[in-house]
Amino acid sequence: MTFELLCFYFFGTVAVVAALSVISVKNSVVAALCLVLTFFSMACVWLLAQAEFLGVALALVYVGAVMVLFLFVVMMLDVDFAPLREGFVRFLPVGMLVAAVMLVEMLMMIGVRSVQAPPGEDPAVLAGMSNMEWLGHTLFREFVLPFEIAAVILTVGLIAAVTLNERKRSHTKLQNPARQVMVKREDRIRLVKMAAEKKGEVAP
Amino acid sequence: MITLAHFLGLAAVLLCIAVAGFFINRKNVIVLLMCIELLLLAVNTNFIAFSRYLGDPSGQVFVFFILTVAAAEAAIGLAILVVLFRNRATIDVTDIDKLKG
Repeated sequence: MTFELLCFYFFGTVAVVAALSVISVKNSVVAALCLVLTFFSMACVWLLAQAEFLGVALALVYVGAVMVLFLFVVMMLDVDFAPLREGFVRFLPVGMLVAAVMLVEMLMMIGVRSVQAPPGEDPAVLAGMSNMEWLGHTLFREFVLPFEIAAVILTVGLIAAVTLNERKRSHTKLQNPARQVMVKREDRIRLVKMAAEKKGEVAP
Repeated sequence: MITLAHFLGLAAVLLCIAVAGFFINRKNVIVLLMCIELLLLAVNTNFIAFSRYLGDPSGQVFVFFILTVAAAEAAIGLAILVVLFRNRATIDVTDIDKLKG
């Protein structure tokens, strides 16, 4: 058993235990923190698969941004979690059964015992590049259009999130430019006919 | 050495945990969203393992895109969750039956 394999088992065990606690703990804040631990361990597993860029990106994007957003929302909402767990015991057997059957089927298909594919040399090293260079060459040569579509998706997501949470307050004073340009002369000025006044006369 | 089966087995375990989470936490929307993230993590691990063992960078590029879309999905999902909580004062999935589906 090599050092790499030991590391894989260690990080894999931590990830699985943390994932189990994500779905079973009472407090959602603790669940979010356990999910952070899962992501971090899986980032280490990805590093073991020589996917350095994605491992670091997972730690930065997920642990740094998405999970902080999760924690922020969980803490802000002030939810009473007790009634949300009422069905927990009732659905525990069926959930475990489905998961166990799925797992057995998948492991049979993978064939943990039989498949012992030799890993081979790291393809990025074979190409004489770092992992990031290797990934970047493919990303910006063959996947430029999907890359830009992904940028558009992120922008749409940003706008959607802001629009959804925009509050309409009732007592704020706002200008409405559309109504401002629609104003007519008659709305503002009223001409009144009256007799002209002469100098020296006292107005009645 | 770590073989392909190790990575696939770990991803399968994570995926099954996420599916079990869908079943046993069917009231709490926040935990359901977290289970989606776990599921995507398992799929990404499969992509990375195959990319490593087939020597093809396309798998890692796909993980990149999945991360992007998952981040957008989490942002919009949480925004919807906040609006839902503000309007209904609950995040219980079983209470959200206004459409009578």
